[in-house]
Amino acid sequence: MSEPHDDKDAGGVETTGHEWDGIRELDNPLPRWWLWVWYATIAWALVYWVLMPAWPGISGYTRGLIGQSDRADVAAELSRQKAERGVIGAKLLAATPEQIERDPELQAYALAAGQAAFGDNCATCHGSGGAGAKGYPNLRDDVWLWGGSPEQIERTIRVGVRSSHPDTHTSQMPAFGRDGMLQPAQVSDVTEYVFSLSHRDVDKAKAGRGAQIFADNCAACHGPTGKGGPEYGAPDLTDADWLYGADRDSIQTQVWNGRNGVMPTWENRLDPATIRALAVYVHANSGGGR
Amino acid sequence: MSVTTSAERGTPLDAVILAVGLGLGAFLSLLMAAGTADPLFRIHAYVFLAAFTLGLGVVVVRLTDPARREDGSRYMDGVVRAGVVASMFWGLAGFAVGCLIAAQLAFPNLFYFPDLPWTNFGRMRPLHTSAVIFAFGGNVLIASSFYVVQRTCKARLFGGLLPWFVFWGYQLFIVLAATGYLMGVTQSREYAEPEWYVDIWLTIVWVAYLLAFLGTIWKRQEKHIYVANWFYLGFIVTIALLHVVNNLAIPVSAFASHSYSLFAGVQDALTQWWYGHNAVGFLLTVPFLAMMYYFVPKRAERPVYSYRLSIVHFWSLIFIYIWAGPHHLHYTALPQWAQTLGMTFSIMLWMPSWGGMINGLMTLSGAWDKLRTDPVIRMMVVALAFYGMATFEGPLMSVRAVNALSHYTDWTIGHVHAGALGWVGFISFGALYCLVPWLWNKPGLYSIKLVEWHFWIATTGTLLYICSMWVSGIMEGLMWREYTSEGFLAYSFVETVSAKHVSNVIRLLGGLMFLGGAGVMAFNLWKTIRMPSAAPEAARLVAQPALAAAE
Repeated sequence: MSEPHDDKDAGGVETTGHEWDGIRELDNPLPRWWLWVWYATIAWALVYWVLMPAWPGISGYTRGLIGQSDRADVAAELSRQKAERGVIGAKLLAATPEQIERDPELQAYALAAGQAAFGDNCATCHGSGGAGAKGYPNLRDDVWLWGGSPEQIERTIRVGVRSSHPDTHTSQMPAFGRDGMLQPAQVSDVTEYVFSLSHRDVDKAKAGRGAQIFADNCAACHGPTGKGGPEYGAPDLTDADWLYGADRDSIQTQVWNGRNGVMPTWENRLDPATIRALAVYVHANSGGGR
Repeated sequence: MSVTTSAERGTPLDAVILAVGLGLGAFLSLLMAAGTADPLFRIHAYVFLAAFTLGLGVVVVRLTDPARREDGSRYMDGVVRAGVVASMFWGLAGFAVGCLIAAQLAFPNLFYFPDLPWTNFGRMRPLHTSAVIFAFGGNVLIASSFYVVQRTCKARLFGGLLPWFVFWGYQLFIVLAATGYLMGVTQSREYAEPEWYVDIWLTIVWVAYLLAFLGTIWKRQEKHIYVANWFYLGFIVTIALLHVVNNLAIPVSAFASHSYSLFAGVQDALTQWWYGHNAVGFLLTVPFLAMMYYFVPKRAERPVYSYRLSIVHFWSLIFIYIWAGPHHLHYTALPQWAQTLGMTFSIMLWMPSWGGMINGLMTLSGAWDKLRTDPVIRMMVVALAFYGMATFEGPLMSVRAVNALSHYTDWTIGHVHAGALGWVGFISFGALYCLVPWLWNKPGLYSIKLVEWHFWIATTGTLLYICSMWVSGIMEGLMWREYTSEGFLAYSFVETVSAKHVSNVIRLLGGLMFLGGAGVMAFNLWKTIRMPSAAPEAARLVAQPALAAAE
């Protein structure tokens, strides 16, 4: 500004002579190391352009001297893997579950393939370890809605439950309360009866009234004794395993609303060998099936 | 606001134009509200209507009362003061939302509210990014550029009420964007989520900004244009270009919020990342370097280290940056040659980026002792250190082999926060600590000790953030690519997510510390503003032409 400035810094470098709001600029040269590192990065880029796919033209691009191509690499890797897996996958599909379980090499492959497929496709609902959650069946125990043999598991994976597959497992528990098929008092009574089936203390009078309601409305699927069965995917009501909760409120909610869970069909999303491997994996990690 | 009585220069043409514009805008928004069947669009039309009507009222008061016109012979500091307050406000809001989404990632069950859809991560995340980048960063940049361009050009801002229009117009853009995200109005383009009508509004505001800035440079009383103004101008021009091209879209109708992009497929992805990466370059780097070029030499009272370096690194930075976008799309459907160009230009960008760091740090030579005594200087030096680290890490991560590991992981999040918290945050804090005493005419800050506290809390928080994201990012990258001996992926995706829990908690802690530091700062600045004023305001008068001619 108005007062004169020393035009040099402590090191004796001149300023450019300009000044803005009291700010001056020294006339230092570009730092040598800075310049040389920059040149090095430019040289590296030039070399990379010569060797690798780099600049586009009118119809195509410079392919580079070493001819590397991501697309070609991926295609080669995929076909190699496809060939490897094709062989063992064919063996897997040709064998029965019992044969797979007796062949250590085949079983190890099926378990590894099944575990990988399970983690990225099934774990979202059934949990990483397959232990399930409320509304999502536990696959580690010996309780199965649609059957627990390797063949039955494979079929469930293939067609799903209440899915878009034409052969899907399907059944529907009505919303007895919401749709007015039973009066609130009746829902309460039948809940008490269902509660009694798993040998718990109940209000005997209520449960007694509920028994007839059960026979008229529930026994068709769950069976006269409440043991259920895989033909309708009807849960066993006499054991300690409850998909939607074991307490009175949960059971009553289920009788009232009749929730019907959905499992997608995997037939067109996973190849047959992967589905076979998944069935072996799920069966091997379960408590066995009926 | 410095509203003083002064002799009028004639018809307040700026106010007349603004009043007519606002009236037209109010009429248009009324039509929008009346003609739409889209309830969200109608809400935004009413926001427009309210803003335009309010603005019209204020302008009419000014139009009819010459006594309420600002004194044209002084620097226009009222709008800068408003910008400083807005920056602090949006900063706190944006950091807080960041902490909320960090909490959602660390404790997804605790911070999940299915009955309040607007609190969903998908809506909160763009709220956070836009709040910190555009609301906090944008306001710091507009305010500081208006301050710096006046001082270094020795000229009052151009355009009469134009800078006030820019300021309030920009706040309206922020409100429209934020409310849109919360209601679910989005065009799903990262960092460019607002829909077409908000984009058009921002374009109008941005052109006004360019006009105000260029006009001020045009009537400058200094022979040369200071380096900070090159950087600011590069930012304003390039952001205009990026914003317009990336948002090219066709609305479903003139009365609906939804629109469809002009681009599709891989062209769409490339346009998006050309925009996204240059938003980092020309919004979060270039103009913050402009701030560095003014506030560091000013605060340190030392000359800028090298004029030549400033020229070379400015032109090389803006030339090379614009090519680097494709490095966000390595190993995708993007042709490999485009990936090559994105990577190689990113590598060549390393030294041009460091030019700014060198010029900033070396400006302190002869004043290094101030690091000990002035935490504001220390903040700006730490900002430059984080800038240097992030602009080395960036080229490193753009290398395809490195990117194969880092892409889609938390490493990217850590990298961007090294730049955002460390560089953008700290250089902004330094500038705001400088500006408040200067603008409100105070002898100094209310408490230097509180600045020390802010410095240490925020630095520690930033380091916790970056380190935890390095750990979780590299860990999940390694987990994703681990194969079993049979050739299957060793981990399912959900296992890699649960493995990050501890890192996510540490990240949340780091974010809370950064937010806490900003809270201390807001208190300190508030107390500073409330302090009694220092000397008379004579120092802030624009230099008379006679003085300028003596240069």
